[in-house]
Amino acid sequence: MAAGIENVKDYAVVMRGITKRFPNVVANDHVDLFVKKGEIHAIVGENGAGKTTLMNQLYGLINPDEGEIYINGKKVNIKNPSDAIKNGIGMVHQHFMLVSNLTAVENIILGSEPRKGAVLDIKKAKKEVKELSERYGLYIDIEAKIEDTPVGMQQRIEILKTLYRGAEILILDEPTAVLTPQETEELFEIMRKLKESGKTIIFISHKLNEVMEITDTITVMRLGKVTGNLKTSQTNPKEIAKFMVGRDVLLRVEKKPKKPKHEVLRVENLWVKDNRGLDAVKGISFNVRAGEILGIAGVAGNGQTELIEALTGLRKAENGKVFLLNDEVTNKDARILREKGLVHIPEDRQKHGLVLQFPGYYNVILGRHYKTPFCIDGFLDMRYIIDYSKKLFEDFDVRPKDPKILAANLSGGNQQKVILAREMSSSPIVSIFAQPTRGLDIGAIEYIHKNILKLRDEDVAIILVSMELEEIFSLSDRIIVMYEGEIMGEVMPEETSYEEVGLMMAGSKLEMIRSGIK
Amino acid sequence: MKKRIMKINLSAFIVPVMSVIIALLIASVVILLIGKNPLIAYYEMLKGAFGSSQDFINTIVKTTPLILTGLAVGFGFRAGVFNIGAEGQMSMGALFATIAGMNLGGFPPYIAIPITILSGMLMGALWASIAGFLKARTGAHEVITTIMLNWISYYLGNYMVAGPLSVGSGTPKSPEIAASAKLPVIIKSQSIELTPGIFIAILMAIVIYVLLEKTSTGYEIKAVGFNPYAAEYGGISIAKNVVLAMAISGALAGLAGALEVMGLHYRYLGTLTSGKGFDGISISLIGQNHPIGIIFAALLIGSLRTGSNAMQFAGIPKHIVMIIQGIVIFLVAADRIVKTILTYRKKHKAGVEK
Repeated sequence: MAAGIENVKDYAVVMRGITKRFPNVVANDHVDLFVKKGEIHAIVGENGAGKTTLMNQLYGLINPDEGEIYINGKKVNIKNPSDAIKNGIGMVHQHFMLVSNLTAVENIILGSEPRKGAVLDIKKAKKEVKELSERYGLYIDIEAKIEDTPVGMQQRIEILKTLYRGAEILILDEPTAVLTPQETEELFEIMRKLKESGKTIIFISHKLNEVMEITDTITVMRLGKVTGNLKTSQTNPKEIAKFMVGRDVLLRVEKKPKKPKHEVLRVENLWVKDNRGLDAVKGISFNVRAGEILGIAGVAGNGQTELIEALTGLRKAENGKVFLLNDEVTNKDARILREKGLVHIPEDRQKHGLVLQFPGYYNVILGRHYKTPFCIDGFLDMRYIIDYSKKLFEDFDVRPKDPKILAANLSGGNQQKVILAREMSSSPIVSIFAQPTRGLDIGAIEYIHKNILKLRDEDVAIILVSMELEEIFSLSDRIIVMYEGEIMGEVMPEETSYEEVGLMMAGSKLEMIRSGIK
Repeated sequence: MKKRIMKINLSAFIVPVMSVIIALLIASVVILLIGKNPLIAYYEMLKGAFGSSQDFINTIVKTTPLILTGLAVGFGFRAGVFNIGAEGQMSMGALFATIAGMNLGGFPPYIAIPITILSGMLMGALWASIAGFLKARTGAHEVITTIMLNWISYYLGNYMVAGPLSVGSGTPKSPEIAASAKLPVIIKSQSIELTPGIFIAILMAIVIYVLLEKTSTGYEIKAVGFNPYAAEYGGISIAKNVVLAMAISGALAGLAGALEVMGLHYRYLGTLTSGKGFDGISISLIGQNHPIGIIFAALLIGSLRTGSNAMQFAGIPKHIVMIIQGIVIFLVAADRIVKTILTYRKKHKAGVEK
């Protein structure tokens, strides 16, 4: 790891001894990073490992307390992003920094507009942007306003923005977190093209399969320190995971054989409209039994969200029936459904799952806050609530273990644990998990998967909606695939393949696929 | 852990206090610029507000309705509704308290007083619930509907004192309420009377505090205010809680109106609120929407008002008070400014120590 001054010259980026302290935490503790010119270099680590902090220092958003940075062998002092841009560094943030009512081209040239005299030369700008986008295969609609632009394209606009400013070193912070599998593939294509043309890419991620697919070298971080420097071709996901978490991790949870019992939830010919008033769920029927995990696969936006909302009392079903233990519960409100034992781990944990401004102890009683023992004659029993939440935080390993901290100040994984703790501790009979591991790191994913299986082994009926095929395959006992609000087919995970499910996700019915094959 | 909570409370307290200090400093520059001595101005103001028992009672009388309108708006904020209609709710509360009070002559005070108070609160609650209902049902924004309701109550009030309730000549006014519906006088200093109104206002602040912090109703109201999506997910009805929050907010404003009638004017004058409903917005801001903070914020504004008259007598325009009030609100609303100044000083100190 100790590279001498002489070979600093061989690297596009060298960061040495970078230390950054925040109140109560050392975010980066003497971090060394060596990135060769023209390679794709991954920085992996769990949430809070200090990846983004390190990159924010390279991009000048924050300044290191200690340490040195060399760009192409030259020592530089990057005080702010414009210093970074001058040194050919560009960064695409996890949350895009685009002006939503400006067009793509206006966003790209923002801050470095070509001028004709004092006037903006929009023609020249468009021409330059078009050339750039064609050269790297970054296809965008340059006239479209950002607000009308899909997420994948917004990301390409962000990348073009950095290239337009002459970036030679690109930092991509968790670029695939917001993308569908197809969009991710497209992004990788672009990254390969950029690499071919000599650009250096730093790729921040915690998705190991992606890191294995696209990168050349890997720096692993854990708790603010570098724990491993690896060559992608000479390592494997298990090894990276071990460096990340500091112990052996089960990448795939072990599953006992299923023992499905009686039917718990039955959906008959359900129709649901989306926010625009269009049919999002078109007459679907299925059932779930106790002790069984029903996986619902599909590309995002094919009616899964509306289906779940209708089942959990957050959206009105237009037609059809839902039965819970043979009682009809169609369009009952969320409180009644909760009383009947239906719990829900929502897709958007910050929007639906938590009141971020509430402390942990208030969040763990949401939905049961009006019932004994939390509430007696209308008055909250604060002492009981706090003791109860302390125990729950302990049992579910929420960190920090202090339920008085506001939910907003917990990390994503710990926020999800708070929701999980709340929902699982209310002795459910049906549990609906919508994208339960989205955006979480492997340690947390492993934990949540284990708990989903634990619930199943306790004879809870489980619906699991996920965009991650791997998650669907490793957990589900049965899989249904949704496409444009309809079910394309139902398969058993052991009797199907990624390919077959993938085809159904793209809109082919199971009968058609199987009759075509046979 | 206790320490942390104390800290949070302390910082919520520091911002308004610092804001007042900064506002006084800035206003003293203005006073200097018009050629007067700021120390004399502030001395006169302080004396005017607290100098004699008469002044002190006057300040308390002015503060009483401000606590309640401040609570009305502040409670609304906690519930995620922006009740700009405290003005109209206060006026409607005063009107109906008057009507009740006029007709309770045959009853003893221990019946007449509670019924008069409750009539005012009920009417304020009903008036505000209209906006709550419209929001829950149609999504109509409460800022628009409460402003419209303010105007309706304004004209309705003027009509009542000019028409059906009109009595005597000169200023349009209603008849006096029955003696048994008047609040008893505890202390009298010359013409100024202190009634138990202030204790009712403080009691309401405590009730609201308990409601918000200790009950499941308060939990639901706050959840809806912070994040209606999560509240709905947790089985909390948004519609019910929006209407409830507006009703409670309106009841507080209505109570302010009722107490003005029962303890000060003894009749309805059509325009008696004179902006106290709107003052509630500034007060809840300065009090950081905290019931106890609102008591102090109301006292601040109340004493500035009484003090300003004394300042006027000393030859310093009383509008200086408006400048002070404006700067305080500006600084509290833009609390980042004060926080930045405080943290800068802290950092600076730490740097020196190193």
